[in-house]
Amino acid sequence: MNSVGEGCTELKREYDQCFNRWFAEKFLKGDRSGDPCIEMFKNYQQCVQKAIKDKDIPIEGVEFMGPNKEKPGS
Amino acid sequence: MVKYFFSQTDIKSSWEHVFSAFWQRYPNPFSKHVLTEDVVFREVTPDNTLISRRLLTKTNHLPRWAEKIFPSNLARSVFVIEDSVVDLKNKTLTTFSWNINHTRLLVVEERCVYSMSQEKQAWSLAKREAWISSGVFGFSRAIQEFGLARFKSNQIKATRGLEYALSTLHGDGPSRPLKDKEAMEKTKETALATSEKAKNLASVASPHKSNQFV
Repeated sequence: MNSVGEGCTELKREYDQCFNRWFAEKFLKGDRSGDPCIEMFKNYQQCVQKAIKDKDIPIEGVEFMGPNKEKPGS
Repeated sequence: MVKYFFSQTDIKSSWEHVFSAFWQRYPNPFSKHVLTEDVVFREVTPDNTLISRRLLTKTNHLPRWAEKIFPSNLARSVFVIEDSVVDLKNKTLTTFSWNINHTRLLVVEERCVYSMSQEKQAWSLAKREAWISSGVFGFSRAIQEFGLARFKSNQIKATRGLEYALSTLHGDGPSRPLKDKEAMEKTKETALATSEKAKNLASVASPHKSNQFV
């Protein structure tokens, strides 16, 4: 799957691979021992956050699950 | 006015498989309309939940009658934010997604909860709700009907896409729909009847209505 930042796809793939392994083998099993993907995530974010800014995508300051607050059953 | 949609589906996979597959469902044969996918925030909270934000860009397919009225909307894809919480204690994955552009035309908000099935622990349950609304004067009902029809089509693709990811990863079987229920339906008009009405409305709409809506 492509990143919104054309030059970030490779970094995204590396991070995704690391995350998916950690998620299935550690997180889901309750293993709290550190995050092996921190560096990869940092590199990926540096790239993608710049692309988001360059493309004027309005995600800045959007509250986590903001619109869910006013929904019934939330 | 808001259209509400609700559905529940049994997924014949364990909750662990479903939660893993959730991150790996793109691309799949049913997601041609999803152009890009990025994690833009992620954190394990002190109470051991995993919160994430993903940014997706999707194509913006409009029916022909809407393309004629809102030509400017074709130019940009739709940006969708998908926020999620993985709660291991309760074995739930809750997601909430909504579009952050083209909002004056149509807003689609969706909340999903994936959880371990109560009846069969080896299975999972997917509960999906959506709220679809349009603020465009004179067209909102037609646009909402279109939005609801497109959402229904996309949620079938989303289910198929998740199944595909599950079978690719784990060789699990396809899901079976539990029930499909729509609440708060004000009319029983089909999307076709509504688009016919919209064409009539379009022909009497004043010229200045072709403003930018983004």
